[in-house]
Amino acid sequence: MNAPQSLASGLAPPGTETALSAESVSFAYAGTGPIFDQVSLTIRRREILCLLGGSGCGKSTLLRVLAGLETPSAGRVRFLGQPLARPHPRSALVFQQASLLPWLNVFDNARFGLDFKHQPATDADTRRVRVQAALDAVGLSGREQAWPAQLSGGQAQRVALARALAREPELLFADEPFSALDAITRAEMQSLLVEVVHRWHAAVLLVTHDIDEAILVADRILLMSGQPGRISHEWPVDIPHPRERHPATLTALRLQILAALRENTAAIPTHP
Amino acid sequence: MPSRILLPLGGLALAALLWAAGTAVLAANTPILAHFAPLEAFRALGRLVLDPILWEHILVSLQRVAVGLLFALAIGIPAGVLTGISRLFAAATTPLFQFLRMISPLSWMPIAVMVLGVGDAPVYFLLAFAAVWPILLNTAAGVTQLDRNWLLLARSLSATRGETIFRVILPGITAHILSGVRLAIGIIWIILVPAEMLGVSAGLGYFILDARDRLAYPDLMAAILIIGFLGFLLDHGARWLYQRWLHRA
Ligand SMILES: Nc1ncnc2c1ncn2[C@@H]1O[C@H](COP(=O)(O)OP(=O)(O)OP(=O)(O)O)[C@@H](O)[C@H]1O
Ligand SMILES: [Mg+2]
Repeated sequence: MNAPQSLASGLAPPGTETALSAESVSFAYAGTGPIFDQVSLTIRRREILCLLGGSGCGKSTLLRVLAGLETPSAGRVRFLGQPLARPHPRSALVFQQASLLPWLNVFDNARFGLDFKHQPATDADTRRVRVQAALDAVGLSGREQAWPAQLSGGQAQRVALARALAREPELLFADEPFSALDAITRAEMQSLLVEVVHRWHAAVLLVTHDIDEAILVADRILLMSGQPGRISHEWPVDIPHPRERHPATLTALRLQILAALRENTAAIPTHP
Repeated sequence: MPSRILLPLGGLALAALLWAAGTAVLAANTPILAHFAPLEAFRALGRLVLDPILWEHILVSLQRVAVGLLFALAIGIPAGVLTGISRLFAAATTPLFQFLRMISPLSWMPIAVMVLGVGDAPVYFLLAFAAVWPILLNTAAGVTQLDRNWLLLARSLSATRGETIFRVILPGITAHILSGVRLAIGIIWIILVPAEMLGVSAGLGYFILDARDRLAYPDLMAAILIIGFLGFLLDHGARWLYQRWLHRA
């Protein structure tokens, strides 16, 4: 690869070891039919995996099952080789809403949960250093004492990202983390995400509606469709970052994904 | 800005004038009512605020407010959290609570005295019983209105039940609890005076009866003014606490 010199291009490619694997996982909410059925996938270490799909096809539900927030009705999820019974301490979540705790300042929000019983034991100094590093990385140095109410939507989502990074996650689950942001902020956050997860050596499962987001950040894209949902397509994306410099390749990939969406679902996801 | 001070002062002055006019008119037929006039009351007030005995009564009353409120918080917050968290508990207790809530706490007085004896204990019981409902109901409402994502966040951190309650739920409903406290203080303050008229020998309620028995009517009116003023201060204190928390949160 003769990638242009840039922040992300010099970084290690995704590992080959498995961070998470799902083996024939099915799930139904109480009183509903199966939301998805027999889904198998792996997330490799340090890989950014995007899960695309139409509205209501079960992406968020799959993410919740993989994150250990819901128990699959069949099949098994393994995290770093171990069967997953509840959210793993080396995983972290970012949602569409930043969901900051309004009674804690930015620093304490980013630190929230690090001292919980089921988290790896750390001393207070280590936690402080980690939180500061995470806040610096997301560009919030100097805003540590601010209250959530004083932040813009983009800044709040940066705090939520810092809160996840402070836990030094092996795997970051992100469910449409940027879809509530304006286009400019979203673009900033997308490149920030790529940069920081590379620096933190974290893998990401990113659920999104937005094809452009997927092709800009993903190392691999999965398309989910059908009812019950299943993984119908997979595209590896080995375009070097920053990807805006390869518009022709991006457009080709984009058209492939659009075609797959058309052939699969009646409901084509909208994107800006 | 001047209207924010002048208008309330004007309202108070007008009330005092009406009070003076009322007592003057009534005193024409019943001369003893002249002792209830504002001038006499304020003169008595001026004397009483320098009297350590009055301050003792005030202290006793405020202490009862604090104890009653603490009991109400100790019962109301856990019960409210339980009501908000557990659908079963809520279903089992909601009609019961609505039923108990509508019984004037003073109705329990005879039973309270029989069970707890004469003295402070039945007063604490009545105050706590009156104050527990707004705290309980506000707490429960706060829990049901909590941001679901905060609970999801707690779950994603494998938070224990205790961590979820003390790090997410309780701070998340503090504004609700504080507005419950404000209501509770108002209720306690209103129940306090009649409760103190029954079998205790200190406090503002007792002081009113005592003034009546001493035929010290200006003292009685002064006590009424003090009760109103302290209640006003208590409410302001509670509101200040509430605002302070909101500004932080
Ligand atoms: N708690 C729940 N109980 C019952 N059914 C649910 C629950 N949550 C989601 N569903 C249903 O499961 C299906 C999949 O929902 P899910 O939120 O996973 O879809 P999604 O792909 O994330 O959609 P979107 O793109 O709109 O976020 C939907 O039909 C939804 O109605
Ligand atoms: Mg979703």
